[in-house]
Amino acid sequence: MKFAVIVFPGSNCDRDMYHAAKDALGAEAELVWYQDAKLEGYDAILIPGGFSYGDYLRCGAIASTSEIVTSLRREAEKGTPILGVCNGFQILVESGLLPGALIRNDQLKFICHFEDLIVKNNETLFTTDYDKDEVIKIPVAHGEGNYYCDDTTLSELKANNQIVFTYKNNPNGSVSDIAGIVNKKGNVLGMMPHPERAAEALLGSDDGLKMFTSMLKNWRDQYATNA
Amino acid sequence: MQQTREVSPEMIEIEKHYREMGLTDEEYQSIKRILGRHPNFTETGIFSVMWSEHCSYKTSKPLLKKFPTEGPQVIQGPGEGAGIVDIGDNQGVVFKIESHNHPSAVEPYQGAATGVGGIIRDIFSMGARPIASLNSLRFGSLNNPRVKYLFDEVVHGISGYGNCVGVPTVGGEIQFDDSYEGNPLVNAMAVGLIDKKDIQQGVAKGLGNTVLYVGSKTGRDGIHGATFASEDLTEDSESRRSNVQVGDPFMEKLLIEACLEAIHCDALVGMQDMGAAGLTSSASEMASKAGMGMEMNLDLIPQREQNMSAYEMMLSESQERMLLVVEKGREQEIVDIFKKYSLEAVNVGHVTDDKQFRLFHKGEVVCEIPVDALAEDAPVYNKPSKVPAYYEEFQQMSPYAPVVTDHQGTLKRLLQQPTIASKEYVYDQYDSMVQANTVVSPGSDAAVVRIRDYDKAIAMTTDCNSRYLYLDPFVGGKIAVSEAARNIYASGAKPLAITDGLNFGNPDKPENFWQMEQAVDGMSVACLALDTPVISGNVSLYNESNNQAIFPTPIVGMVGLIRSTKYITTQHMKQAGDVILVIGETKAEFGGSELQNILEGKYFGQSPAVDLAVERQRGDQLLEAIEQGLIQSAHDVSEGGFAVALAETLFNQESLGAKVHLEGDATSLLFSETQSRYVVSVKEEDVSAVTSLIPDAQVIGHVTDDSQLVVTINNDVIIDESVDTLETLWKGAIPCLLKSKA
Repeated sequence: MKFAVIVFPGSNCDRDMYHAAKDALGAEAELVWYQDAKLEGYDAILIPGGFSYGDYLRCGAIASTSEIVTSLRREAEKGTPILGVCNGFQILVESGLLPGALIRNDQLKFICHFEDLIVKNNETLFTTDYDKDEVIKIPVAHGEGNYYCDDTTLSELKANNQIVFTYKNNPNGSVSDIAGIVNKKGNVLGMMPHPERAAEALLGSDDGLKMFTSMLKNWRDQYATNA
Repeated sequence: MQQTREVSPEMIEIEKHYREMGLTDEEYQSIKRILGRHPNFTETGIFSVMWSEHCSYKTSKPLLKKFPTEGPQVIQGPGEGAGIVDIGDNQGVVFKIESHNHPSAVEPYQGAATGVGGIIRDIFSMGARPIASLNSLRFGSLNNPRVKYLFDEVVHGISGYGNCVGVPTVGGEIQFDDSYEGNPLVNAMAVGLIDKKDIQQGVAKGLGNTVLYVGSKTGRDGIHGATFASEDLTEDSESRRSNVQVGDPFMEKLLIEACLEAIHCDALVGMQDMGAAGLTSSASEMASKAGMGMEMNLDLIPQREQNMSAYEMMLSESQERMLLVVEKGREQEIVDIFKKYSLEAVNVGHVTDDKQFRLFHKGEVVCEIPVDALAEDAPVYNKPSKVPAYYEEFQQMSPYAPVVTDHQGTLKRLLQQPTIASKEYVYDQYDSMVQANTVVSPGSDAAVVRIRDYDKAIAMTTDCNSRYLYLDPFVGGKIAVSEAARNIYASGAKPLAITDGLNFGNPDKPENFWQMEQAVDGMSVACLALDTPVISGNVSLYNESNNQAIFPTPIVGMVGLIRSTKYITTQHMKQAGDVILVIGETKAEFGGSELQNILEGKYFGQSPAVDLAVERQRGDQLLEAIEQGLIQSAHDVSEGGFAVALAETLFNQESLGAKVHLEGDATSLLFSETQSRYVVSVKEEDVSAVTSLIPDAQVIGHVTDDSQLVVTINNDVIIDESVDTLETLWKGAIPCLLKSKA
């Protein structure tokens, strides 16, 4: 399995994503500079955290207008698994690949620490290795991770089982404690917490690794089916 | 922004305009002698910044020479952008600390932010990837509304800049004392990792080679920042707000990536960041170090504002700029690398062999100065020093003997002192985990970052208890280094080297200069005893407000090597049933203690003593025990004494408590600040192995599972309190102070 990690100017969790896929999971991974704009031929696409374009204008707003997002949309339509973490989630929301918006944390401060998440949906391409309602320890690190959407969108998210992760103790004011959501089709997941920082026990938790193993297993199953 | 009004060379002398730039009459006369003529306005400005204390160390040089700087572990000592120590496997760790005190006093957000940016540039200009940063901060009392503002904005600035550049802020310390009320200290330390073969130097070698200007455009911000940093803060300092630079962490992130790509291109000859005194210092120092000269055409400098004069460009401290020297004819290879990151890399000049620093602007020579005169020939002053009267008085006093009746209540008060209280409010705002290498994040003795692809890690800390230095700068200097080493040892690391951030008052006052001398002497003997040479550093003088100097604050940034990740140790107790030991006996030492602060509201008497041989021996023994797998947790005893240290080992742990028994004087046992002590926990079966390895270790109790801290002394239960109650007080103290309207 081959992962692409998109690198925007200002991305700063790109290498962390790369190492999680390559070292912790043992898959193939490549850093793809945003100007290269080609995303064909990868089995999954990772959009890392950081401060693309310095978070100027709005987090993720400038990156969402870049050429590579056109290829990203194409891959999203094709069904390629796409995982956006932190700034990656913000970019997915800004580009309309996921609904809602990420606004400033309700305490108006950046926060960085481990949080307990609840796995609400363990049937996505990214979460099959978790149990439903499993509590996992994953760090957050953001100033603008307060997920917001209107009531209609929220009912849709709930009705379609699109809420994948919620916070056990909501740290930022997110609507319905939402930490991560998936698109209707189930192949584009955005989340504020950083699973790539929780892929080794030495760093305090390896609860995030199961996201990567889930992706790998589902890719294998799909590959076997297609073959 | 306003333009600078320029004055003719003759008028500079007649009207003594050089004084406004910070030069003395004697210095101006020696510049005239060097040039054999009147310096023009631009040249006077250039001399004034290069000869400022901040750039030339003219006052501190005679003292800095005393520091031990050598050892088999040292790859690069002081003199370059940052020092480097060997960590094996052909790798080095690059680190340095730098102050941004004065900018932070008038514009705390940008002052702190650009402090972080500047020190990170020092690291990657050596060719190293920055892997961690730490901050050592000092403020006045949090009851003062202006101090609250400074504190919040400094933290906000560090967070805003540090988080964006993607370098984890893993540690540091904060102390609060009245002496910092008008003059906070903001010292930022950065640490980088380098393959030895990639080490760069800031040299302008090779006649005819090209000088490339890289990064942000030059604006009128920060003009004369180095001079501003070299004078006392006064009520007029507010007007210096425009002397403070403005940071752009996004630009810095691009520069990091581009520069680290450029070092792999052999067309690159030398690289240096434009820090204090901007273009002037980077260009003249690079030429001087190579024994060469340099010519630049200022018309080519990328400018952010219109009609900038030569003076303004040369003295600007606009951020996120680098100067590169590149092999002639191969400029495009480097330019292309920067282009990938949408960064400008502009050919602005070339290396000459006449040892002159020559600048052209609008077709005229606007500066022609021998480079060595700027970088090497700055005056050196041997300032007079005098033992302060207060010190003599303190030494005469009989040892301070506090009277405490309610020990449990006193422990609670101590835990709520802002210097001791949890700093979670602060470090929660820092991204401490980016790069996915942080094993021990803020909140333990030292921060630990593992080295990817190897089974090793490095431990880092900053320390300086300035109260001891105020009482006795020689002993306090020894303690600052010792305490840093204690934190490093307790985390399972061997101390390697230090960087020093020397923060003092106005050195023209003999009493202040005496404090500097004594502190440097104390640090030097400790560095020798602990085998931690000084590999880099920074000097910040004139830290005074309203004519009152800060406590002498030579901050020690220390780095150690953890030889295997399995040796990584934290301060927290691990499991019920483990045996608790204390290493080192306790004496009645309360001078400069937190207890003295809460009981008396001031510090007097004698500092605690420190025996460096004992310090080294206990540290080495503890490390040996850790490496033999015998230690579950280790924590050094510092501010507040044993009771605070013991309580801290139980915080942030689910439902653990401790039951200990001691014999002797309760007040001393609980609150004395005797040095060279640790609290450790070990498994029951390892107790005898530990006590035979560490003869000064003494069993005092065990870890329990009832979340209760119980201390009996002689036959009395002195402390019996729930850990949750203590932890709530400790965690809530700073947020509570910030919210209160005092």
